[in-house]
Amino acid sequence: MARAAVPRRLTGGRLLWRVATLTERRRETATASTLVFDVPDWPGHLPGQHVDIKLTAEDGYSTERSYSIANPQDGNRVELTVQAVHDGEVSPYLLEGMNVGDPIEIRGPIGGWFVWRDTDTDPVVLIGGGSGVVPLMAMVRARAEARSRVPFRLIYSVRTPADMLYADELRSRIRDDMGLDIAYAYTREAPPEWPGEVGRLKLATVATHGWPPDLQPACFVCGPTGFVEAVADILVAQGHEPRKVKTERFGPSGT
Amino acid sequence: MSDLYTDGNALAGPLTEIFATDMSMAKGTCAHCGDRGMLAQMHVYDHAPGMVARCPNCQEVNMRLVRAPDRAWLDLRGVVALEIPLAAPTDQA
Repeated sequence: MARAAVPRRLTGGRLLWRVATLTERRRETATASTLVFDVPDWPGHLPGQHVDIKLTAEDGYSTERSYSIANPQDGNRVELTVQAVHDGEVSPYLLEGMNVGDPIEIRGPIGGWFVWRDTDTDPVVLIGGGSGVVPLMAMVRARAEARSRVPFRLIYSVRTPADMLYADELRSRIRDDMGLDIAYAYTREAPPEWPGEVGRLKLATVATHGWPPDLQPACFVCGPTGFVEAVADILVAQGHEPRKVKTERFGPSGT
Repeated sequence: MSDLYTDGNALAGPLTEIFATDMSMAKGTCAHCGDRGMLAQMHVYDHAPGMVARCPNCQEVNMRLVRAPDRAWLDLRGVVALEIPLAAPTDQA
């Protein structure tokens, strides 16, 4: 028994690799799907946190990627929305190769900074670029589940209407979630009769659809690194305190 | 060029192999410029043989982590001290 005490000490409360099972895959767009995993002994998570996924080939080669969690805490259920990455090593397997019932290694939840808690009372502005909307969607969903009255504004920048994740759900949430406003920005192609400009998110859009700095909102920005840099600069230029601007970047590995 | 780095969140997972708690909320003071920030805010370059975390203020190296199959090397000489919150955020939720 003395020998067994050592691994127990090392594993108690630690973030470990757990073997999860794919239970469902829902298509979101032509190039993105939401994968639903059952993770035994999942300790629960907060909206905004992420997990690491590990794939191991038969020859022992293994690789890891980080993905934001898309759903609020729900028992052992963990949902990840995965966008196909051109020449990606991991996303093609998750989107095409993996079958329902297949196992995968998951480590998490990770991250305590880029999170929203339903006990927070500051107004919130969420600004997402592309699949950077995923952790923000977890926050929007958690807010609705908690019946929080904290005012939320989501600014979602996508290339084209066809690239938009959760389009139907966002449409119904604008109607049903009291206190949630959503604004869209299109960088390549807008829907027909779109009244706004097409192009990168500008200060005017952030100022119109976000919150003024004197309300001291919590700002969450997630997307590719260049997008996050540009938006964080806009928010600080607008007068938001840097400490109120929380960011999460996708790196070159295309997480 | 700006897409060459990600942020400290990318380092938080690998560091859980070494530390007993989530390090994304650990506050560090940059040994070069004295800027104080959270590990989650550092700029992380992960396409080298290891992971290199740089100060978002002065861009000097704060931390380096290299992982081999049976060991890890963690170079912390770029941070003066780390203040580590010891109650995991999920425990408070």
